[in-house]
Amino acid sequence: MKYVDDFRDARLARAIADEMRREVREDRSYRLMEFCGGHTHAIFRYGVTDLLPPQVRMIHGPGCPVCVLPVGRLDMAIRLAKEEGVTLCTYGDMLRVPGSRKQSLLKARAEGADIRMVASTMDALELARENPEKEVVFFAIGFETTTPPTAVALKQAEAMGLRNFSVFCNHVLTPAAISNILEAPEIRAMEAVEIDGFLGPAHVSVVIGAQPYEYFAEEFAKPVVIAGFEPLDVMQSILMLIRQINDGRAEVENQYTRAVTRAGNETAKAMVAEVFELARAFEWRGLGEVPYSAFRIRDRFAPWDAERKFTIEQRRAAENKACDCPKILRGAAVPTDCKLFGNQCTPQTPLGSCMVSDEGACAAYYKYGRRRAAARPANLEAAE
Amino acid sequence: MKTMRTWKGVVEMGHGAGGRDMNDLITDLFVAEFANDVLTGEEDQAILSVPAGRLAVSTDGFVVSPLFFPGSDIGALSVNGTVNDVAMGGADPFALSVSFILEEGLPLADLHRIACSMAEAARIAGVRIVTGDTKVVERGKGDGVFISTTGFGMVREGVALSARGVRPGDKVLVSGSMGDHGVAIMASRAGFDFETDIVSDCAALNGLSAALLDAAPNTRAMRDPTRGGLAAVLNEVAQSSRVGITIREACLPVKPGVQGACEILGLDPLYVANEGKLVAFVPPEEAEAALAAMRAHPLGAEASILGEVTDDPDCFVEMETAFGGRRMVDWIAGEQLPRIC
Repeated sequence: MKYVDDFRDARLARAIADEMRREVREDRSYRLMEFCGGHTHAIFRYGVTDLLPPQVRMIHGPGCPVCVLPVGRLDMAIRLAKEEGVTLCTYGDMLRVPGSRKQSLLKARAEGADIRMVASTMDALELARENPEKEVVFFAIGFETTTPPTAVALKQAEAMGLRNFSVFCNHVLTPAAISNILEAPEIRAMEAVEIDGFLGPAHVSVVIGAQPYEYFAEEFAKPVVIAGFEPLDVMQSILMLIRQINDGRAEVENQYTRAVTRAGNETAKAMVAEVFELARAFEWRGLGEVPYSAFRIRDRFAPWDAERKFTIEQRRAAENKACDCPKILRGAAVPTDCKLFGNQCTPQTPLGSCMVSDEGACAAYYKYGRRRAAARPANLEAAE
Repeated sequence: MKTMRTWKGVVEMGHGAGGRDMNDLITDLFVAEFANDVLTGEEDQAILSVPAGRLAVSTDGFVVSPLFFPGSDIGALSVNGTVNDVAMGGADPFALSVSFILEEGLPLADLHRIACSMAEAARIAGVRIVTGDTKVVERGKGDGVFISTTGFGMVREGVALSARGVRPGDKVLVSGSMGDHGVAIMASRAGFDFETDIVSDCAALNGLSAALLDAAPNTRAMRDPTRGGLAAVLNEVAQSSRVGITIREACLPVKPGVQGACEILGLDPLYVANEGKLVAFVPPEEAEAALAAMRAHPLGAEASILGEVTDDPDCFVEMETAFGGRRMVDWIAGEQLPRIC
């Protein structure tokens, strides 16, 4: 089986699309949130929306760790590189994200700060090992998918007794975000959207398993289908959600069976638990303060915690008032609703990180669907 | 390689000082390998007789890293890149000038290898390297070698190609598979750990473009999709001509190795550089002839009609995906990968 080709097969796509058309109820809408930015991109890149019946509306969720990182935390990373003279290692996604005062890691690098793009935490560790005179800090971001590699790096740093390596930890948690979207009263006050079902994240679920989502399905009576990233995975998962909604079921189903199990990756989970503990609260761009939604490094690994090693406090950073990222991240608006979209805010001149990150809803809209996106609002009114 | 001499040692500051060392380097390395009747190394300029008509001129700098990569090197690239830019204007390239910025410490054996590669590329393209310049910068101030070339060619009679000349209804043709060069470069960079049999497609396109123009003399525009890939060329032309473009993913040739590498690295072949391919915008009545002419040429065996030009005030470039949907092919913001050419 050639996974890449077979899971993008157009005939199968049409077959699923036909099934969908047969099974959707004409008189209702299906508001489905794809939590993960990777799904948003898949939907746009392959033109999946064109194949969906008009009753189905995809809402883009906050599953983009770059997008939900508050500006204040990015500012801290930039300050680490500029003021503390550290060698800051980062995943490529963060380089162009705008911080306060039009700064970014890329701009800071152009101004002389030592900022390196790495593909993995191991690269950062190697850099520290090979350059004992440099203070190396790894800028750790991401949901549960990228947390295990950071745990590995910290354990290895401890084992090696490496003095010049530390981690600036911004790992966030998926179930906490989903809870927040579904229940926080402030969110409801800020025009929460009624969501009928969730497309669950693919690779996060490889780590945490399908089991953690059972809480939402039960507590909030919302179906969850864990979906792979190929367009056929997405189509099949949407069909599964349509069926659950029609049947009045609210279960956790796993479409991505080739990679996800109910328990997830026990080794990874154990390692993460050894290195990290829950932080009492963490500020999310767009969602505000969410309790127990992020990790902090355990005391045992304090010598490798950049926040304890260096004195950098988080300052309240002002976001652009006209930027609709906060609403978009909660699914309360689409990119084209934002006054800045396509005008002042473009991938070249991003004002909010939804536009800069490859997984941001705005970047996906801009790159793949500008014209269709402009036409969409009229269709939505007809469907609802 | 023409001369049998083995070059030991490295580039030193003296090689750029204008004295005997520099003179020896020019005579024994560059002039010896470039070997043509115009280049003696004794003059500060080349004097050429040219026919009356329109002269196409193009210049380019080459900073590719690493210097040697699967399928080619900075030398051949510096010749072919400029030959191609001249040829894309419907011109027949005949001469190049070259400027070297050498870093102190560059092994002379590497420089010799680069010069031989340039000589071979020039021979294949049918151009002469007629004049040049050499400078040396201190260790740490360069990156081995930077090369600039300027190319000259006479424009074919009756041909007027321009990015502004494309019209709704025109067909978009591509001469072969996309993304080979970019992937070959990535595979040879430290930190990217994958094996691939993809090699750079670096090649001179003047033969192919001449064959195309013979068959389709009313071709509106030709471009070679280097940095920014096919997507950049399509967007540039759409903007210049104020038109839209629609292409079909099913008609886009991409080698499986390139597809695989792009999957792993999260890249889109539409945005990856090519150095031996061309995109042509041809009036619909000449499209089949253009396709046949390209397919008959060794460099155009996988040529394809990719799509057509549309009437679109937004000047969007769109693609019908192999999946059955539709998506935008936008201009990329920022760089996908640095130092690709």
